[in-house]
Amino acid sequence: MSDKSERLTVFKTYKLYVGGKFPRSESGRVYEVTTATSAAAAAGKGKWLANAPLASRKDARDAVVAARKAFGGWSTATAYLRGQILYRVAEMLEGRRDQFVREVAEAEGLSKSKAAAVVDAAIDRWVWYAGWTDKITQVVGGANPVAGPYFNLSTPEPTGVVTVIAPQESSFLGLVSVIAPVIAAGNTAVVIASEKSPLPALSLGEVLATSDLPGGVVNVLSGRTAELALPLAAHQDVNGLDLAGADADLAKDLEIAAADNLKRVLRPQAVDTDADFSTAPGTHRLTTFLETKTVWHPTGSLGASGSAY
Amino acid sequence: MDAVGLEARAAGLGTRSIKTSAKAYAIDLAISMIDLTTLEGADTPGKVRALGAKAVHPDPTDRTTPRTAAVCVYPDMVATAKQAVAGTDVKVASVATAFPAGRAALAVKLADVRDAVAAGADEIDMVIDRGAFLAGDYLKVYEEIVAVKEVSAQARLKVIFETGELSTYDNIRRASWIGMLAGADFIKTSTGKVGVNATPANTLLMLEAVRDFRAQTGVQVGVKPAGGIRSTKDAIKFLVLVNETAGADWLDNHWFRFGASSLLNDLLMQRQKLATGRYSGPDYVTVD
Repeated sequence: MSDKSERLTVFKTYKLYVGGKFPRSESGRVYEVTTATSAAAAAGKGKWLANAPLASRKDARDAVVAARKAFGGWSTATAYLRGQILYRVAEMLEGRRDQFVREVAEAEGLSKSKAAAVVDAAIDRWVWYAGWTDKITQVVGGANPVAGPYFNLSTPEPTGVVTVIAPQESSFLGLVSVIAPVIAAGNTAVVIASEKSPLPALSLGEVLATSDLPGGVVNVLSGRTAELALPLAAHQDVNGLDLAGADADLAKDLEIAAADNLKRVLRPQAVDTDADFSTAPGTHRLTTFLETKTVWHPTGSLGASGSAY
Repeated sequence: MDAVGLEARAAGLGTRSIKTSAKAYAIDLAISMIDLTTLEGADTPGKVRALGAKAVHPDPTDRTTPRTAAVCVYPDMVATAKQAVAGTDVKVASVATAFPAGRAALAVKLADVRDAVAAGADEIDMVIDRGAFLAGDYLKVYEEIVAVKEVSAQARLKVIFETGELSTYDNIRRASWIGMLAGADFIKTSTGKVGVNATPANTLLMLEAVRDFRAQTGVQVGVKPAGGIRSTKDAIKFLVLVNETAGADWLDNHWFRFGASSLLNDLLMQRQKLATGRYSGPDYVTVD
């Protein structure tokens, strides 16, 4: 026995996150993920990082089933509880900060300090959205003045299952910026991670799994964006589509496919470019996948006498 | 009975990949084999009528969808179901003989069957006396089936073994032979009311039994797995078992049925997927 024992390398197997579990792709396929250090990346010669699952359309279908199943519970949970759980996610992210800094630095070719700034911004963004869960109703809903003895109340309700195509370049801050508002509003999400840098997204799945977030509320797929996005855009049980990470050609195809069952579609925004994920997001993404329901209630005083009956 | 071999064979046959036109054929065949079932204490006439309407037009948006084989209800709902499917070839099946426990006197069980037949049931689903079977009183089980067969008259008789309560594959095979010798027109796995229902292995075993029975006696008996079959994938696996074990003669709703309720919606969604290329969702089928 040598006095200096050498440890064997423990490689991490990156897996999908679907329905609260970590399956490999149904297809058994994987693809190589490499670093994106400027020149090397341009020549397609980044350093190998890991094999990520190359999800198939059947994985996408399973993810929709899981998201649909989770929708009932998540959408009817109190806004307060949703906020608590999202804050818990931020706590878990904070605990894994070093891991995310390393993954973001490798994925986006950033220095340690720049990557740390990105991760900090992402965690802060998550906390910011966690705070919105019980406030957004007050901002976009309310009691409407009407000419009659009625209460007229508008309340925002979540749209349903939303497919989120995560930004391609901003693999973590961009990712958080598109997922958090969707679930804060009470929707459930099927997320297609950045095609070339999916590792931070797959690690985020591990964080979500340990944060009291019910399984299926967020489902993370990695693979070819177009291969996964098309069947999801055409899927009749998906209610919304965020095109943040789709290029112009793909976005057009997806909008056509999504029209069939009138999905809510969020087109890529000017602010979706990399630099702009660092600016304050506003409530636009929160309200995109909310639908306003308005109800009329008799006040009880139907006549001049003030008596209902 | 070689339990390991049986399960391995059932699992092996379940790995076949059935795609495109073969899948479309299998889906339509499976729909036409369904005994669309509602067996709840809370069944109302309205629910039974809705079930009947669904059996006649499973997918109202696509009239090429085949009808289901039958609707399956409790005896007191037979008349309502009969009205709901009137004028079509959809049969009305009724569970009887103190379903699902089967714990009643023979006279009560026979009265239950007569009642269902008088109300117009085309098929009777009876349960065997598992207590007698497990106590070794096979003659009692046999004679009870003979007696029920006699009062069922024209109605086809399905005999439910409740395989989940029979413990061993040997028992399931023994029960199959007792049922067939006593004159069953169908042998059926389960009531759907216990933990273990139809599995590929116990269905494979029963398919082997009906195959051997026909080879020996020339009499063909049908098979009906029931309970726990919820997805198109599962249903197609069962069809593969039928084709590879009993043979193509059984690939017909006169000889093979699925006892199911939620399975139909999944088959319809898969059918819509094949027709349109888009994954369908629960918004496009009925809420039962």
